[in-house]
Amino acid sequence: MCLAVPGKIIEIYDSGGMRMCKIDFGGVIREACLQALPDAKVGEFTIIHAGFALNTLSEEEAQETLEALRELGEIENELDAGAVL
Amino acid sequence: MTSDTFSMLNQFRNANLVKAGISEIHRITTRHWAIMEICGGQTHAILRYGLDELLPENIELVHGPGCPVCVTPLELIDKALAIAAQPNVIFTTFGDMMRVPGSSRDLFSLKAEGAQVRIVYSPLDAIKIAVENPDKQVVFFAIGFETTAPVNAMSVLQAKNLGLKNFSILVSQVCVPPAMHAILGAPQNRVQGFLAAGHVCSVMGYWEYPPIAEKYNIPIVVTGFEPLDLVEGILFTIRQLETGKHVVENAYSRVVSENGNLPAQEMIRLVFEPCDRSWRGIGEIPMSGLGLRKEFNNYNAESRFEIGNIQTKESDICIAGQILQGIKKPPECPAFGTICNQDHPLGATMVSSEGACAAYLRYGRARKGISENQYAS
Ligand code: SF4
Repeated sequence: MCLAVPGKIIEIYDSGGMRMCKIDFGGVIREACLQALPDAKVGEFTIIHAGFALNTLSEEEAQETLEALRELGEIENELDAGAVL
Repeated sequence: MTSDTFSMLNQFRNANLVKAGISEIHRITTRHWAIMEICGGQTHAILRYGLDELLPENIELVHGPGCPVCVTPLELIDKALAIAAQPNVIFTTFGDMMRVPGSSRDLFSLKAEGAQVRIVYSPLDAIKIAVENPDKQVVFFAIGFETTAPVNAMSVLQAKNLGLKNFSILVSQVCVPPAMHAILGAPQNRVQGFLAAGHVCSVMGYWEYPPIAEKYNIPIVVTGFEPLDLVEGILFTIRQLETGKHVVENAYSRVVSENGNLPAQEMIRLVFEPCDRSWRGIGEIPMSGLGLRKEFNNYNAESRFEIGNIQTKESDICIAGQILQGIKKPPECPAFGTICNQDHPLGATMVSSEGACAAYLRYGRARKGISENQYAS
């Protein structure tokens, strides 16, 4: 139940007084409630949980995490190289 | 956001990066550490990707109570069954609840006998059903941790907004921090570090955790659900343990901020208030749950439906409570994979897509760490 997945907001609209949106999960489109994300915009990524958007996803933070891990990989390679020499 | 974002996010499953993280864990680990992932979704991801088998032997992952279906008390499941059996009711629920055994049956068998039980993806779908069926009482089984609390609160607010008289929720809403206190305070506790549940934190933030880290000298690392997220969470935790630190770190910063989602927290506060809750297999944990505020009593299924005295009866064999507290692992249960399996579950931990017993059986961890004899007994 907590394994919420990220998707892209492709449309925002009002339905019965609720801020709603259409989300693209890599090809599959679903509806979700955007009431807790008043500032979210079309094109942003969000984590959806039981039809409810919990948070927008920060692309910069994602890149930073990946960068840090890539560096770790490079250090590994250097260590490996050192071990061979 | 660019259209490449999907492929960038796929990098969180990149095997080379996972390998780099795992090697770093091997490099820095010098002794045995027991780390608990709180969330059952993480337990499943760890077993699915085989991360447990890639870690150093002396790193033990202890599986936590973060499976909402598993901790929903038997009494409430029996209440759900009693409500769902009433003729004028459409009972709606997340799919995972269907096969959870009550004292004598489950929602699935009730449905097979003709009761109106419907699986919904969201409580907001249950609202639609209530609008379409004004002559029926529509009840939603509002279970979950802080991740489902906002949408469950939203459903009540929306029912009020629309003036619905035929919608109510049966609440079993639990909170993570009191459970962490209960686990760490127990005399048999073995947990030395926590992977905090990323999506719970995406709602609540992690400002509640520093006092816990401080009080119990325990590292707490907010962790996501992709293989790379989990490896990073474990790496950060071991780094702290190996260097004698015990602080709160965020290894899921693309989704989680310290303060969490404030409008979502506000919705929760508006509709719910803290209350004591009992956790299936664990027992009552003070102020560990959320209950509907008095102003919303009209939407409380427990007040709307008169349910007579419920006599609960747990399976004599099932040790799910000990599994949920990280005291035992599924293969230590004599029924595991024999008389208890996914077709005939004896306990909720065998049913849920977040339950540890189901994960162990599904991903073939039947005999890990257990001698042949013990397994057969
Ligand atoms: S294997 Fe079945 S009986 Fe044993 S603890 Fe898990 S759910 Fe309960």
